[in-house]
Amino acid sequence: MLSSKASSNCHGQDSLYFLGWQVYEKNPFHEVENPTGIIQMGLAENQLSFDLVESWLRKNPDVMGLKNKDGESVFRDLALFQDYHGMPAFKNELVEYMAKIGGNKVKFDPNNLVLAAGATSANETLIFCLADPGDAILLPTPSYAGFDRDLKWRTGVEIVPIHCSSSNGFRISMFALEEAYERAQKLDFKVKGVLITNPSNPLGTTMTTDELQSLITFAIDKDIHLISDEVFSGTVFDSPSFISIMEAAMDSNLKRNTDVLSRIHIVYSLSKDLGLPGFRVGMIYSNNQTVMSAATKMSSFGLVSSQTQYLLSYMLANKKFTSNYMKRNQKRLKKRKEMLVSGLKKSGINCLKSNAGLFCWVDMRHLLCSNTFEAETDLWKKILCEVGLNISPGSSFHCSQPGWFRVCFANMNQSTLQVALRRIKDFVERSSFNYQQIMASLSRKLISNWVRKLSSADREEQER
Amino acid sequence: MGLLSRKVTCNSHGQDSSYFLGWQEYEKNPYDEVKNPKGIIQMGLAENQLCFDLLESWLAKNPDAVSFKREEQSIFKELALFQDYHGLPAFKKALVDFMAEIRGNQVSFDTDHLVLTAGATSANETLMFCLAEKGDAILLPTPYYPGFDRDLKWRTGAEIVPIQCSSSNGFQITESALEAAYQEAQRKNLRVKGVLVTNPSNPLGTTMSRNELDLLVNFVTDKEIHLISDEIYSGTVFSSPAFVSIMEVLKDRKLENTQVWERVHVVYSLSKDLGLPGFRVGAIYSNDPIVVAAATKMSSFGLVSSQTQYLLSAMLSDKKFTKEYISKNHKRLQKRQNKLVSGLEKAGISCLESNAGLFCWVDMRHLLSSNTFEAEMELWKRIVYDVKLNISPGSSCHCTEPGWFRVCFANMSEDTLKLAMQRLKSFVSSITIDNQTHQDLKNMRKKNRTKWVFRLSFQSFHDREQGER
Repeated sequence: MLSSKASSNCHGQDSLYFLGWQVYEKNPFHEVENPTGIIQMGLAENQLSFDLVESWLRKNPDVMGLKNKDGESVFRDLALFQDYHGMPAFKNELVEYMAKIGGNKVKFDPNNLVLAAGATSANETLIFCLADPGDAILLPTPSYAGFDRDLKWRTGVEIVPIHCSSSNGFRISMFALEEAYERAQKLDFKVKGVLITNPSNPLGTTMTTDELQSLITFAIDKDIHLISDEVFSGTVFDSPSFISIMEAAMDSNLKRNTDVLSRIHIVYSLSKDLGLPGFRVGMIYSNNQTVMSAATKMSSFGLVSSQTQYLLSYMLANKKFTSNYMKRNQKRLKKRKEMLVSGLKKSGINCLKSNAGLFCWVDMRHLLCSNTFEAETDLWKKILCEVGLNISPGSSFHCSQPGWFRVCFANMNQSTLQVALRRIKDFVERSSFNYQQIMASLSRKLISNWVRKLSSADREEQER
Repeated sequence: MGLLSRKVTCNSHGQDSSYFLGWQEYEKNPYDEVKNPKGIIQMGLAENQLCFDLLESWLAKNPDAVSFKREEQSIFKELALFQDYHGLPAFKKALVDFMAEIRGNQVSFDTDHLVLTAGATSANETLMFCLAEKGDAILLPTPYYPGFDRDLKWRTGAEIVPIQCSSSNGFQITESALEAAYQEAQRKNLRVKGVLVTNPSNPLGTTMSRNELDLLVNFVTDKEIHLISDEIYSGTVFSSPAFVSIMEVLKDRKLENTQVWERVHVVYSLSKDLGLPGFRVGAIYSNDPIVVAAATKMSSFGLVSSQTQYLLSAMLSDKKFTKEYISKNHKRLQKRQNKLVSGLEKAGISCLESNAGLFCWVDMRHLLSSNTFEAEMELWKRIVYDVKLNISPGSSCHCTEPGWFRVCFANMSEDTLKLAMQRLKSFVSSITIDNQTHQDLKNMRKKNRTKWVFRLSFQSFHDREQGER
C-alpha cells in the first residue's frame, strides 16, 4: 500500500558509508569519556575554523537577535518571508562569495541563483528539472555515496558510471566518457547530462581548464547538460587554484556555441567551506532561464529558513571577515592534510596527491589479502571494529578498483588525529608482524618438510 | 540544446492559477497605509500577523535562544554541525507537546513518529512520495488549497480526484460524495491510495465534525486506503466546536492496534498558528514505522535549519508562553473574524459560518451576473483591479459552485481591514445601483413586451374572429 519508493532501498542507505556511521554512533570516541571509542573519519565536515565564525557572531549580537543595524527588530519581516526567490541581500552576498572563491575570474548574477535547503536538495531539484524517469546521468567514479539517493531515488533517473582508474590519478578521460555514454545507450537509457564534483569528493583534487573544456565540448557534442557540483570549491588549500566550470566556459572558442551557457549548471553550498551543514544552505546557479524558473518553484519544497538567510547575509557582507576566513581556513586545512599524509606515510601508506577537500584518498591496496572488494570490506571491518576508525571504503564510492579509502581530517582536533594515526601505525605494524610471523612459520614448515624428505631419501639409499 | 524534463515544460506546478496571478497583481501595486493608500489590499494570503508582539516579547526576554547559547554556554559548533535527519530531540519533544496542547491534551504524540520537514509544503509532498506514484490518485474534498496541485501532484506523478462538496450542507463531506469520487478515480483507471483532508479546512475555516471524521475512518477502513489529515490550522480554532483531531477519533474508537491506525498520517506546521512561514517548520506524524523511516530519509531534501530548531525548541518548551500564546491568539483571531463577518454583512454579503482559520469563505453568488465561472472570473477581476482587493476566487480552490471567495483577515491591521470593508461596501452599492438600473431596464422592457404581445394576440383573436366569420 506504500509507494515503491518507500519500500525500495534505492535510498542507498544500506551502503557501507552509512553502516559505518551507525556503528560509530554506538561507540563514539571521546578524548576523556571514551578514549577507546571509534574515531569518526568518515564525515566530510570542516571543524577547523569555527572560532573565526564565533568571533564574528560575538561582534554582531544584533544580527543574531534578528535586529537591523539600527537596533530595530526585523523579526516580523523574517517570520513572514517565504518568497521562493530568496532574500535579495543574501543572494547578492552569495554570488560575490562564489566569485571570490574562484579568484574573481567570473561574475555571477544573483538572478541566476536559486536557494535550496542544502546541496542535497539542490542536486535533486536540478535532476528533476533536467531528466525524466528512465533517463540517465553520467557520473565519474569514485563519487560521493549520497548521490545514489540524491539523484536517483525520487526522480527515477539512472546513474551510469564513468570508470576512472588509478593509472592516471582517477582523471576523467575522453575514452572513459565515450565508453560510459555508449554503455548507457546499450542499456537503452537516454543520457541527459554529466555530473562532476569539482573539487572531487572523494579524491580531493581540482580539475584543470583542459579537463573542464573537454567536458564542455563533450556536452555540446552530445547535446546534453553539464552539472558541476562545486561544494568543496572553498576548500582548495594548495595549487593549482580552483577553476569554476563557468570560468572554463568563458573561453572564446566555446562561447561561439551560443547555447553553451544554458547547458552548464553549478551547485554550491555553505556546508563545506563555512562548516555550516546544520543551517541547510545550498544553491543552484544556471544561465538557463527555463531551468531557473522551474527550480525556483521547486525550491518551495526546501526553502532556506529566513532566520538563517538573514544571519548569513550579514556575515558574508563583511568582506574583511570573508577574506580573513578564506585565507586562514585554507592554511589550517593544508596543515591538517599534511599531518594526515605524513602520518600515513610513516605507516607505509600513500595518498593520492590532493590540493582540496576535507579528506584524502588513501591507497591501502597493499594491505589487502587479495585484490578483491571482499578483501576491501574485510579490511574496512577490521579498521572499523579492531582499530576503531570509521573510514569510508572505496566500494561505497563505486570505485572500480579495490583497496582505496576516503579518510577525513578536518572533523576532529589535532590530538584526535594523532591518536588515529598512532592506531593505524600499530595496526599496520601488527599486520606486518603477523605477516612476518606467518611467513616465518610457513618457511619453517617448508624447511622442515624438505629436511625430512632429504633424510628419508638418505635412509632409503642406506637401506639399499 | 539539451532537452529539459517534462516536469519543467508542463504546468503541473499549478502556478498559472488565479490564486498565484492575483498575488502577482498585488505585488505590482501593494497597498501601504502611507505610501500607497490606493494600492491593492492583500486578502489572498493566509498569514497570521496578529500575535507577533507576543513572539517578540518572548525573544527579548530570551536572548540565549537566538545567540546559540544554552545556559550561557555557546553551542554554536554543535548547531552548525547538526544535520541529523532525526531532528533536534529537544525541538521534537517541544513540538509534540505543543501539538498535544493545541488538542486540549486529548491526545499525546510520540517523538519517534514525528519527521521534521521544511514546511508543510515539503511534508505533504514527502508523504505523497511515500504513499503514491504515477497511476495512483488521492481523493481531496473541494474546495481545497490551490497549492495542493503543485505539492501533491507535480513531482510525484500522482493524481488528485476531487470529492465534490456543496453549499447545500455547508460543504461537508458526505458518504455519497466519497463513493462518487472513488468510482470516478476507478473510471479513470487510477488506483486510489488515500484521502487527504485539511482540518480545520482551508478555505472553509470550519473544523470537521465527529460525524465527518467517523465517516472518513469508516471509508478508509473499508477501502483499505490511507488518510492524511493536514492539521496546520489546528491552532487557529477560535470558537466552538472545539478542534477534534483524527488521532482523537481513532483513540476514542479504540482503533490503536488495528490496521487503519497505521494508515492515518497527520501533517502539521508552525506557519499558521505561530505565524512563522519564513522559518520553514513542518512535520509529518505517522503510526506506520515504514512511512516514518522512509519520510525521515526523504527529509534530507528539506531539513529544518538547526538554528531555527534551536530557537523554537526554547520557545515551545516555555509552557507559560505557549499557554498564553494559544489563548491570546484565539481571542484575537475571533475578534478579527467577527470584524470581517460584520463588515461583509453591512455590504449585504454573508459568509459560511466558521470557527477556525485565517479567512472566511464568502458567498458572493448574488453578485454574479450569471451562475457561471466566467461570471465569477469577471467579478474577481473587478474586485482585484477596480476595488483593489486581492481575494481568492472559489474556482482556484476547485469549488464546484461559482460565486464563493476566500477572504483573509489575519494578515493586516484592523484599519486596513476596515478600509477593505468600506471599499467592498461601495462596490456592492454601485453594483446594486447598476443592477437596479439594469433590473429597472429589464422590468421596463418586460412591461413593453407584454403590452405588445397583448396587442398582437388581441389582434390575432380579432383576425381569427374575422376569419372564422
